Amino acid sequence: MAGAEVTEVAVVGGGPAGLSAALAARQAGAKVIVVDENAAPGGQLRKQIHKFFGSKEHHAGRRGFRIAEELVAACREQGVELWTDTLAYGIFDHTLGIVRGGTASTLAARSIVLATGASENALAFPGCTLPGVMGAGAAQTFINLHRVLPGRRALIVGAGNVGLIITYQLLQAGAEVLGVVEAAPRIGGYAVHAAKIRRAGVPIYTRHTVLNAAGHGELEEVTIAALDENGWPIAGSERTFAIDLLCLAVGLTPLTELAWQAGCLFEYCGPLGGHVPLHSEDMETTVPGLFVAGDMAGVEEASTALEEGRLAGLAAAAYAGYRSPNLEEEKAAARERLQALRSGPFGEGRYLAHEEIVRRWLKWRDAR
Amino acid sequence: MEGRPVAVIECPEEIPCNPCETACPQGAIQIGNPITRRPRLDAARCTGCGLCVAACPGLAIFLVKEEADTAEVTFPYEFLPLPQVGDVVTAVGREGQPLGAARVVAVRQVRTSDGTWLVTLAVPRALSSEVRGMRRL
Repeated sequence: MAGAEVTEVAVVGGGPAGLSAALAARQAGAKVIVVDENAAPGGQLRKQIHKFFGSKEHHAGRRGFRIAEELVAACREQGVELWTDTLAYGIFDHTLGIVRGGTASTLAARSIVLATGASENALAFPGCTLPGVMGAGAAQTFINLHRVLPGRRALIVGAGNVGLIITYQLLQAGAEVLGVVEAAPRIGGYAVHAAKIRRAGVPIYTRHTVLNAAGHGELEEVTIAALDENGWPIAGSERTFAIDLLCLAVGLTPLTELAWQAGCLFEYCGPLGGHVPLHSEDMETTVPGLFVAGDMAGVEEASTALEEGRLAGLAAAAYAGYRSPNLEEEKAAARERLQALRSGPFGEGRYLAHEEIVRRWLKWRDAR
Repeated sequence: MEGRPVAVIECPEEIPCNPCETACPQGAIQIGNPITRRPRLDAARCTGCGLCVAACPGLAIFLVKEEADTAEVTFPYEFLPLPQVGDVVTAVGREGQPLGAARVVAVRQVRTSDGTWLVTLAVPRALSSEVRGMRRL
């Protein structure tokens, strides 16, 4: 094991939540190191070539990859250390086990922010392991990071925002998208995202599912079917598409391994994507000095990840002994912006879910 | 609003988003608090500059200019290759359905574009509230 490193605030994950946390903690005066397993920081923002929703404070109207560039530049300017190609494989009290540049070592910190994001859900059906069947995020990595078209004729599963956005981006990359298949009776994503792809001539098959995929060594065709009221395929409604790409956009699950290992208490929360660590309004878990932010604390959006990261960063710095002079005002402002982002019919469920997580954290604290 | 282009906002849901309000130099678009409110346009103040069209992340804003018999519809366009002024393309509606041939009268970018083009098609006036895009080339 190489030499152990020590910092004041360690952040795991260099996506919007992690970079925002790092920046806030650094601005409060703490020495901050961000570890990220990827070759470049920015997380999923690097693949987002579309303009973001939100307000000016959330860089709205800016393309996601540009937001990543700005955050990384701000971190570098402020003196945040960004360790890329660095995997955090374990957490032992306030010390991270890491593999950096192929060498195992440790990183000890007074406080730690986990901003590890989420992973894509899979879907099981005959033929789902054929090459050509992949997560929407994988397809996005191909086209937007590596500029490689993973297929020429595609079908998308899932009409949430991720499915609608990958459809549009595949069209931009030059693929033909034959349709979006959605098991629910309604489109889950924003109407404006759906309108973009409908104008481009892509049909959305609600109340439909994938029956199977087939091909010799690689994806050649996919059969879908309509669903009845109980969610069973309707005989005779099958329809087969000759395609070489099937993208699955069927939700995300928080990546919480490190929080489990650290002994955090969890709660299952459907609207937030699965098991999420109980956390306070300051994003502190039930393990003192361990904070969470972004999708791993409940799957939402980049804009909410930025605000949660800010809260976690401010609190982690305060825990490490660096109280921002306007700490309470800054936290109140971030909370207010979070609440605004979680208002409206799309945000309300997530708002209530987060409230419940915080209520449970308070209950845990009061019972101590 | 005859004779000059005016923004048409097709933003049906309460989502947390307000770049259109920020982009408008005339203060013609209002969202306010909370930012999930739907945008309201004061058409009298709209100059048809197109900054909101390129700024809208949902590509949900268009410009419509109506004359006696003809109209011009401007929409955001993010596909390559780009059409050229003078090209005759297939105008499409909200469902991507073809609505006939239309001549491209402008292809431009504005300050808020960052890669998003504004394409303007000349269409019959009867189609001014139907045409919302063109078939990809």
